[in-house]
Amino acid sequence: MRLPPRLRPIAPPILPALTLLALLGPVVAGLLGTVMAGFGHLPAAGLSGPSTEPLRALLAWPGIVPAIQLSLQTGGAATLISLAVVVLLVAGWEGTRPFRILLRLLSPLLSVPHAAAAFGLMFLIQPSGWIARGLSPWFTGWDRPPDLLLVQDPMGIALIAGLVAKEVPFLLLITLAALGQIDSDGRRKVAAALGYGRIAGWVFTVLPALYPRIRLPVYVVLAYSMSVVDVAMILGPNTPPPLSVQIVRWMGDPDLQMRSLASAAALVQLALVVSALTLWRLAEFVTGHIAAHLAYRGTRWAGDGWLRTAGLGIGTVSVVAILAGMLGLVVWSFAARWTFPAVLPEAMTLKTWHRSAPPAMATLGTTIVIACSATLIGLVLTIGCLETEERRHLRLTQRGLWLLYVPLLIPQTAFLPGMQTGLLSFGIDGTLWAVIFAHLVFVLPYLRLSLEGPYKSWDTRQAAVAAAMGASAGRIFLGLRLPMLLAPILTACAVAMAVSVGQYLPTLLVGGGRVQTLTTEALALASGGDRRAIGVYAVLQAAIALLPFALALAVPALVWRNRRGLRHG
Amino acid sequence: MDDGLRLTSLSIRQSDQILVSLDLHVAPGATVSVMGASGSGKSTLLAAITGQLSSDFTLSGHISLNGRSLTGLPPQARRIGILYQDHLLFPHLGVGANLAFGLRPGLSRRARRAQVEKALCDIGLEGFHDRDPQSLSGGQKARVALMRMLLSDPDLLLLDEPFSRLDAPLRVKMRELVFTFASRRRLPTLLVTHDEEDARAAAGEIVRI
Repeated sequence: MRLPPRLRPIAPPILPALTLLALLGPVVAGLLGTVMAGFGHLPAAGLSGPSTEPLRALLAWPGIVPAIQLSLQTGGAATLISLAVVVLLVAGWEGTRPFRILLRLLSPLLSVPHAAAAFGLMFLIQPSGWIARGLSPWFTGWDRPPDLLLVQDPMGIALIAGLVAKEVPFLLLITLAALGQIDSDGRRKVAAALGYGRIAGWVFTVLPALYPRIRLPVYVVLAYSMSVVDVAMILGPNTPPPLSVQIVRWMGDPDLQMRSLASAAALVQLALVVSALTLWRLAEFVTGHIAAHLAYRGTRWAGDGWLRTAGLGIGTVSVVAILAGMLGLVVWSFAARWTFPAVLPEAMTLKTWHRSAPPAMATLGTTIVIACSATLIGLVLTIGCLETEERRHLRLTQRGLWLLYVPLLIPQTAFLPGMQTGLLSFGIDGTLWAVIFAHLVFVLPYLRLSLEGPYKSWDTRQAAVAAAMGASAGRIFLGLRLPMLLAPILTACAVAMAVSVGQYLPTLLVGGGRVQTLTTEALALASGGDRRAIGVYAVLQAAIALLPFALALAVPALVWRNRRGLRHG
Repeated sequence: MDDGLRLTSLSIRQSDQILVSLDLHVAPGATVSVMGASGSGKSTLLAAITGQLSSDFTLSGHISLNGRSLTGLPPQARRIGILYQDHLLFPHLGVGANLAFGLRPGLSRRARRAQVEKALCDIGLEGFHDRDPQSLSGGQKARVALMRMLLSDPDLLLLDEPFSRLDAPLRVKMRELVFTFASRRRLPTLLVTHDEEDARAAAGEIVRI
């Protein structure tokens, strides 16, 4: 079919090419740098390889086995528990009132940065935390904080709890989005009429159709949980720490030669994540067969009340924990004298805020500049890609989707060290632009994932009507599509801002200590134990991540206040 | 006591509006057709009987099946077979596995397999055990859905316009099949439809709502 000239594709494929470059360039270059440094080739430190010296040094490090074990154990357990809680919640409660209430509370938690949530949880469960204060002295008999390792415990239980509390909202919202694409209601009704319990019916009939749609996000949770740094520094064990934290310690060593050791460890980390993902894939296969077998046997599992209660219980606890933790951060930031076991401080004061304000404001400024720049660049690239694909009638294939997920699946600790050494040799590490482009790598996938649905489901008959009236493709894009998609675009921007604000490792490594954001500052305070200052930074961090979401809701409501057709969702 | 389905001063309200209000008795082996235009609350009535009424509705009155009170029982415990206008076969399971899904639990794997094979024979689909349900014709899918429901050994049959998606000749055959199975097993059957012909073919009492 010959299109009239003004409908022919006009956007050159420059934007998709740039997007791919921004998305994958740093990952590939970083991995190459890590491989080279890991095999002893690091000119900046006067090392030239290849040699297996760094790997041998790593294996000789006494902490290697426990560090690997911790990474596997905490990552695996956090992912398994998060997924199980989400399955129990959705299978057992979807469509009920408690579920709707929980969901309304969970959604905003998604944007709370991991570090802020982890600090909140720490303030809740540590020996001098709110739980201990609430139970003391009437129940526990403690009149001073007990000498217990409740956070940073050697098994990593606090770390697992922190990860679960943050990953449950993520997986839950992803699951609900995917549920909309399959007829889960019909399947559930049939299973219930045939006598199946809610959970068994859902697992046998809905999950098999659903899981392929949430598989990649589950893998992201697994890869992330195994290699997380900021949450592990706050809640995880110290001696030895999980492998990822040790990598960052080595990267921060003034002795540049330690970077080859860090890179070798980064390669081991990458291998660990790849093996864990492979193992998970195998487990999916086996679980699928067991489920099919049980379904053939007609296992009804009608008495699943306790399991449903357990799912709702864990879900509620994790929501309440994060909310109470956030409240704890606020209270600490305003606290005057606060002795144990008092539940509240003796007085509230603005002293900490006055003391922290000047440095915090500068950091806040940097954080906003980085987040806005990364979001803006990412938005131009993403919409450019979507519009180009639309005009050329292309669709995101399964392979394209995998590409999008690459930066989220490859552990940050595996390619950021290489990226840093690469930037170091060009002398552009530690610049604001380097940090912005590092953030862009993680912002792009989330922008695309949030915009994909709304952009593709926009009713193209509107464009056809406009084109018939003589509107050019550019005018249709600027005058129709963008304004009508205002709400989803702003939501995507809010997601992107929250992602950028939450980034710890890219800022730390690529910024080389010279670019500070709220997240890096809060983490720097973590070891000092100044709870009031931590409170200030964590509150600011959470607020600056939540604010864009509030704006994303408010702006379309204001702009389209007289347009009912555009006010939904 | 084996007296079929009884709805006693049943009424379903949405906010303050009464949507459905009726008294009804369906004896074992008998069929009652409930007729009404779309939006008259037919599907809501069925949801109330199966126990899957959404929380926007309030239900009062009494539902009993063969003397058992159903009010307050979870859907899983009601032993009600329902056929929807969509066949709703599970696309990830084979034809045989769809039937086995309906079959009551218990029995060895081999005995279950034999029962499933026999059921396939009963609906004229010998050798279809491992077939993809998606590859079946509309009439074949409808028969599998019917058999899957019957294998769960229900005490009551609910039909939610199950014939409306089938074309005319198939419709006659399918109706015949359903009503034959129902009367052979002496199941009380409640048919909900907006199609006069369906209701006439059911050859039972007709209630209009």
